[in-house]
Amino acid sequence: MVSLLDIIGPVMVGPSSSHTAGACRIGLLARGLVGGTPQTALIELHGSFARTGEGHGTDKAIVGGLLGFRPDDERLRISLDIMEREGLPYRFEKTTLDEDAHPNTVRLTLERGTDRVSVVGSSLGAGRVKLTQIDGYPVEVSGALHAIVLVAEDRRGSVARIAGILAEDGVNIATLRLTRKERGGDAFMVIECDDPPGDAACAHIRELEWVRWVRCLDRVSG
Amino acid sequence: MYRSMAEAIRDAERSGKTLALVALEAESRDQGRPIADIRSALSRALAVMRGAVGQGLTGDLRSASGLVGGDAAKLRLGPAGPLAGTPFRDVLARALAVQEVNAAMGVIVAAPTAGGAGVLPAVLTGLADAAKLPDERVVDALAAAGLIGAIVAERASLSGAEGGCQAETGAAAGMAAGAATEMLGGSPSQAGHAVALAQQGTLGLVCDPLGGLVELPCVFRNATGAAIALAAIEMALAGITFAIPADEVIDVMGEIGRGMDVRYRETAGGGLAATPTGRRLARERLVQLKRADG
Repeated sequence: MVSLLDIIGPVMVGPSSSHTAGACRIGLLARGLVGGTPQTALIELHGSFARTGEGHGTDKAIVGGLLGFRPDDERLRISLDIMEREGLPYRFEKTTLDEDAHPNTVRLTLERGTDRVSVVGSSLGAGRVKLTQIDGYPVEVSGALHAIVLVAEDRRGSVARIAGILAEDGVNIATLRLTRKERGGDAFMVIECDDPPGDAACAHIRELEWVRWVRCLDRVSG
Repeated sequence: MYRSMAEAIRDAERSGKTLALVALEAESRDQGRPIADIRSALSRALAVMRGAVGQGLTGDLRSASGLVGGDAAKLRLGPAGPLAGTPFRDVLARALAVQEVNAAMGVIVAAPTAGGAGVLPAVLTGLADAAKLPDERVVDALAAAGLIGAIVAERASLSGAEGGCQAETGAAAGMAAGAATEMLGGSPSQAGHAVALAQQGTLGLVCDPLGGLVELPCVFRNATGAAIALAAIEMALAGITFAIPADEVIDVMGEIGRGMDVRYRETAGGGLAATPTGRRLARERLVQLKRADG
């Protein structure tokens, strides 16, 4: 369903909703996966992001997102200067990902403390984005809803346990996607929620002994 | 939200309401938000639009590549043409202004997109200021524009990569024409004719930016898109009707977009981007950009 405010909006730093606002949102989501501003970043641009990214400020927008700036933040324009001033060793490379990768795609490899994540995200147009891969697991994270991303041992009842914790917290689950690389291997779960999960619920999930890693991502659009 | 202009016009005329009001009511129902809430979000968007108009008219902006910038100020301060001192010239200046701000990584409202963001603020604020209308009227016009844009999104497309520039500045012209016609006292049905009149004038318009950048011709196409909207408003308010209903014009815009060669859909493979000068400028400017970045 189309909303009036999707048409008259978003408020954003130009020039392109896909190459600037969308790129910023991918950076913001990736930042959430390491829980804050990454200390190192390898930013690999694919397709149209590699070809016309500089002219659209795609590089500035992704770095701005990694620094925690939203698409309407005027600091996006000077994010590369801020990155240098902070001494952050972010590197850009041009790459060619899979043939079926969306033309506006970037792979980010980020480190912060002991966290390290590799994430592939695409900007689909009109500012809409999708993370398609996290640490090699196929995922779908749009950033239009709050999301919980976690890696857990592949065991019976895990989904029910986590759904229970969220229900107690008053959080309604909108989508849930579970993937694994092999039977008995780690399971990768992406849970999109209508309401932001509380810190207590996130901590509760983190404390489950069979959960290896969890991040709660704020929505970045809508 | 409505999926057809005909339905929205019928609902508005039966209840004696404006298109803006039926749009606000539909949005309120869909999203479970009070109308006052939606109006205040639109009012914040209007403030950003006015900010971009003001910033662009001062004229000291350059885009990343240096291809565009400074032309809005020429219309404001440069030599007079036959339309000097009219709202027409002012609206053109405002359209260039917003799009120059966009190209220079300033803050704009993507309405309906960033590439077509100049048309709506230029037409609505330019004509409202000329008629000394209060901002509440412009906020309601934004609701009507959103309704028209939502219908175009449903029936056709709002993406240059999908439908060419007819889906970006063309759709923006339709939105601005319908919304401003109502803002200036036209009936819902006159607003519908304004949408059709504007949209028919941009059918087939390709998306062909040099180097794939939202700069050239995008900045100027926002000005010509605004001009088409003004023509449609003038005709609709004079009582001129367009025989093909707005919904059908929008449908055919979508059909033309789907049939459009990929070279003409934001790929820089055809149109102005592929002219000898277009190619040369893109090559030179992109090289320059790399040097500037280090």
